[in-house]
Amino acid sequence: MERIPIYIARFILLIFIQVFLLKNIGFYNLATPFVYLLFILILPFKTPNWLLFTLSFLLGLSVDVFYDTLGLHALASTVLALGRISLIRITVSVEDRENEPEPSMNHMGFRWFLIYAFILILCHHLVLFSFETFRLSDFGITLLRTILSSFFTLFLILLSELLFYRNKKR
Amino acid sequence: MRNLWIFISKYNAIILFFVFFFISLGILINNNSYQRASSWNSSNELIAKQYQRINEFKNYLRLREINDSLAAENSRLHNLLPQIDSVSIGNQAKKITDTVYRQQYRYLTAKVINNSINQKNNYLTINKGSNDGIKQGMGVIGPNGVVGIVLNVSPKYATIQSLLHNDTRISASLNTTKAFGSLVWGNGNFDSQFAILQDVPNHIKVKKGEKVITSGYSLFPAGINIGRVVETDLKGGNNFLNIKVILSTNFASLSYVYVITDGGAREKEQLESLNKKE
Repeated sequence: MERIPIYIARFILLIFIQVFLLKNIGFYNLATPFVYLLFILILPFKTPNWLLFTLSFLLGLSVDVFYDTLGLHALASTVLALGRISLIRITVSVEDRENEPEPSMNHMGFRWFLIYAFILILCHHLVLFSFETFRLSDFGITLLRTILSSFFTLFLILLSELLFYRNKKR
Repeated sequence: MRNLWIFISKYNAIILFFVFFFISLGILINNNSYQRASSWNSSNELIAKQYQRINEFKNYLRLREINDSLAAENSRLHNLLPQIDSVSIGNQAKKITDTVYRQQYRYLTAKVINNSINQKNNYLTINKGSNDGIKQGMGVIGPNGVVGIVLNVSPKYATIQSLLHNDTRISASLNTTKAFGSLVWGNGNFDSQFAILQDVPNHIKVKKGEKVITSGYSLFPAGINIGRVVETDLKGGNNFLNIKVILSTNFASLSYVYVITDGGAREKEQLESLNKKE
């Protein structure tokens, strides 16, 4: 409960970085990073589903407003939220879910976080780019953009996590 | 009721997912013109392709009919050839000088892949589009006469507002007197064989069986067949005749049409728009 202001600050900061800094970065329109989804990735384990979906939707919608693609990022973020729920249900034991506050690198370790983040980023970007293209004929280029952007996003997310990484116990 | 609550709480993640998914999909398609346009476009192309496939099959069954109509048209065109030769040395040489330098009208063959005659407003679809140089507003004729006007164009297909449409008006004239009026369809007359020629003043003598042709004032070259006069009657208290015309084109069995490109149309339009400004 006392960490709520931190999450609000994180929400605003990530949108700020995404919209004013990362929007201008991209390699030949092939790789564009979307770091804002770090917010959804490291929400606490105890977040109820309805709150998770609402926050994802709002986060996507706020990014959409700046990108002039109303609904697109909201849709991709909603898919990401579902992916997060099922992935955590499969890979994290019940005790870990009780003991650890959030699925970040600090608490869950580097290797777990790498796989977790990569799968979710890939899902998010695949949905994002295929709905942006909105046709099947250019599927090759869509797939290429998805994979390249995923690596770019993953790189930036790992970097920002490592900044605050303290090797406590593992 | 209890079971329902258990069901909802058990699958709340997936239910919430679908709720938010369709909300955002709705927002996406409603607000972004590209997604909206492309979803309509692809479906249109899909439908046009299905029509084409069915039409290919139908055409195979109707090959004899199509052959006959093409042969008939061939013979008609052969008959025209000597006339053109004689005209060039006759007293109508003036008319020819216009076309010596630049052919004003070009004809583009297209296949009809969808057709309707039983609606209140009828449309045709043809298998040529903007890739072949077809533009909105071009005239379309069939082997036997006028068919309609190009309404919408996509890269590969075009739709034609048929003559059998409430809003279609074609400038037509009577063959002998050259009196002209506008040809309309609809307004209580929904027979695909007949149309009404309006706005011909009532002092004109109209013979039964007289030919009705295009006047040359609109998209079509002058002298293209439209039909024959069946009956005339005077609307009560009106100064204009209502002439019933039997159409020469059989819309029910249309398979090939010609789209008319008018080389002088733009220049003519520009010139005429000056009149309106003053």
